[in-house]
Amino acid sequence: MKGKLVAVEGLDGSGKSTQVYLLRRWLELEGVKVFFTEWNSSDLVKSATKRGKNQNLLTPTTFCLIHCTDFADRWERQVLPLLKAGYIVLCDRYKFTAFARDSTRGCDREWVRSLYNFATVPDITLFFKAPLQVALDRILSGRPVLKYHEAGMDMGFSKDPYECFSIFQGKINDEYDKMTDEFGFVVIDATQSIEVMQQEVRRIVAERIDLASYRLRGKK
Amino acid sequence: MTTSPHKPKSWYGKGIPCVNLDELQGSLIVIEGADGSGRSSQIAMLNDWLEGHGRATVSMGLRRSNLISPELDKAKQGNVMGRITMNLFYTTDFMDQLENRIIPALRAGFIVLADRYIYTLLARAYVRGIERKWIEDLLLGVALVPDAVFYLKVSPKNLIERNFEKHSTLDYWESGMDIGISQDMFDSFVKYQRRVQTEFSGLQERFGFEVINGNRSPRAVQLELQAKLARILGVG
Repeated sequence: MKGKLVAVEGLDGSGKSTQVYLLRRWLELEGVKVFFTEWNSSDLVKSATKRGKNQNLLTPTTFCLIHCTDFADRWERQVLPLLKAGYIVLCDRYKFTAFARDSTRGCDREWVRSLYNFATVPDITLFFKAPLQVALDRILSGRPVLKYHEAGMDMGFSKDPYECFSIFQGKINDEYDKMTDEFGFVVIDATQSIEVMQQEVRRIVAERIDLASYRLRGKK
Repeated sequence: MTTSPHKPKSWYGKGIPCVNLDELQGSLIVIEGADGSGRSSQIAMLNDWLEGHGRATVSMGLRRSNLISPELDKAKQGNVMGRITMNLFYTTDFMDQLENRIIPALRAGFIVLADRYIYTLLARAYVRGIERKWIEDLLLGVALVPDAVFYLKVSPKNLIERNFEKHSTLDYWESGMDIGISQDMFDSFVKYQRRVQTEFSGLQERFGFEVINGNRSPRAVQLELQAKLARILGVG
């Protein structure tokens, strides 16, 4: 494939979305052909996911399937064609998010992985690793209203949403750790400042991708 | 009056979390077959027959889940999604019904009459060139093994006659028009249905379901189904 696939992964509160946004801005300003897509954002599937969550229709299995459907829709209609067309595709969360969350929810590990077999392992997977407590503090310090599934309330770890969220995130964190070597995650220390992290991100991307060959013709 | 000989349930794969198979006291009966094979009328007659014998029934079919049937209906209107997405949508629809309708009904001792099951989804995916291992891992990983599967086999010629009688037209998807076998709908229908039947023969050997000759009168087909089900369900 002519294009390159770059994914960012990490806990909520690890700062990955800010980092991938800044990476995208940099690539755009450099005149590179870049496309950005994020988890759970397919127009086609969104209404169903929303209905499922609001009406509490989802079980671990259908939760897993509907997120995979959302991913597949973006993969088939955007990611894959754009990779073929020579774009750098940036994904805020990739199949590893599903591997971590759905295994934690009790779906069979091998089954979840087999669902996502159509999607290749990214050229670069940046894993923003923060100590659990740091990520939790960043999210919970504002005492936000946690959504039911986001807090993992469906797992019934605890009746208190904050405690439940913490337990759920801890388990997801363990799953990420287990995948780090297997999928060759590039680990970024997410306790650093935004600027320091971004410098590191840009350095890694520039080292591994020949950006000059992805410039739009007629620019720079 | 006989009681139903309870057959222990099993999964094709590892199954889904938090389901105790020993609790599933009911029976899952699947009727498979193309559009126009008489599935729905046979199921309606079976329903009457079973209820007449005091047995509680519930039915399921493809695209009937509360979760995503609106999206699936939309998808049927045109080519708005890719094939992998389409298969995942159908699987989500199937699993939603399995978990929220079939399993609770089986727990309560109902007879579930399924108007199509994973075999149709497998056959359609095979014919459309989806990687076999992928679709099998996906569906067999989480599907419950039915107590019995009956495949109503009808020749493409008879299927066409029945479809024209009923709708005066052939269905776009049941004609496999999305695959591009032929621009001619009639030609495409015949070729597509042959391919599906070939896949069903393979599935029949593999999963051992019963083939029922659906070219006969509805009454004859029904009597054969009833005779077979009477043994399995202990009815009569």
